[in-house]
Amino acid sequence: MQVPAPLDAMVQAIRRDADVISARQMGRALAEDLGFSRPDQALVATAISELARNIVVYADHGEIELTTLQQGDRQGIRIIARDHGPGIADLERALCDGFSTGNSLGLGLPGTRRIMDEFDIRSPPGEGVTIIAVKWQLR
Amino acid sequence: MTVTVPILRQGSALIASIQEDLCDSDILNLQSRILEDVIRYRANAVIVDVSAIGILDSFGTKTLIEIAHSVKLRGAKMIIVGIQPDVAISMVLLGLTLKDIPTALDLDHGLALIGET
Ligand SMILES: Nc1ncnc2c1ncn2[C@@H]1O[C@H](COP(=O)(O)OP(=O)(O)OP(=O)(O)O)[C@@H](O)[C@H]1O
Ligand SMILES: [Mg+2]
Repeated sequence: MQVPAPLDAMVQAIRRDADVISARQMGRALAEDLGFSRPDQALVATAISELARNIVVYADHGEIELTTLQQGDRQGIRIIARDHGPGIADLERALCDGFSTGNSLGLGLPGTRRIMDEFDIRSPPGEGVTIIAVKWQLR
Repeated sequence: MTVTVPILRQGSALIASIQEDLCDSDILNLQSRILEDVIRYRANAVIVDVSAIGILDSFGTKTLIEIAHSVKLRGAKMIIVGIQPDVAISMVLLGLTLKDIPTALDLDHGLALIGET
């Protein structure tokens, strides 16, 4: 299998809720530029919104990095959400529909995993959380 | 940047048309203003028009549900109108539901639903 080649990357620092909007608008604009379908543009923006909000709520600050990937003749968007907050002790539980320590719906992480094509979450003790999610363009 | 959503009155109904992507604090601000206006004008219905919104994530959805429940506690009902097709698709895939909040295609249908046409 070909390894996807990263093209260009952009980073949005996430510190407060206004940054959540900036990040998701940046993602939608990128998806639109790459010719993603309208529903897929909305999915990319929604995923970014969920990951960025989790950073603000649970980790205080962090960043969202967006990279365009090229694999063969198709393009994708890779979202990396990174923070150095308290981390997630039980990843499996955090990925269950309805699990929330913030008295919310508990759908951000499981929902994001459902709407993206690739989803990887890591939280080594003491190192915060890093989530990598990719959405590929439909051919 | 703060966005204040206009809340209009039509008969005994209130209409809040969200014009752009709201940040969390704007949504919370809308929530308290809707409740104040429901009380002040003794409104019996609130229509929230989201047709200009390109995304409804878990926070936005949760807040809309909370607004609807608090409006209901005041004896009024809330209707959400104008959810765009792409927004609806993302909500379904994400697992978000609007619980028992009635929805309508657009503002006209929403007004018809509450008998304010
Ligand atoms: N970046 C993070 N750092 C620390 N903990 C996190 C982080 N992101 C998520 N979590 C934990 O994982 C749980 C599940 O996250 P998820 O986004 O699925 O739900 P939520 O944020 O609680 O609710 P919703 O996203 O539906 O509003 C959170 O309640 C929190 O305990
Ligand atoms: Mg969340």
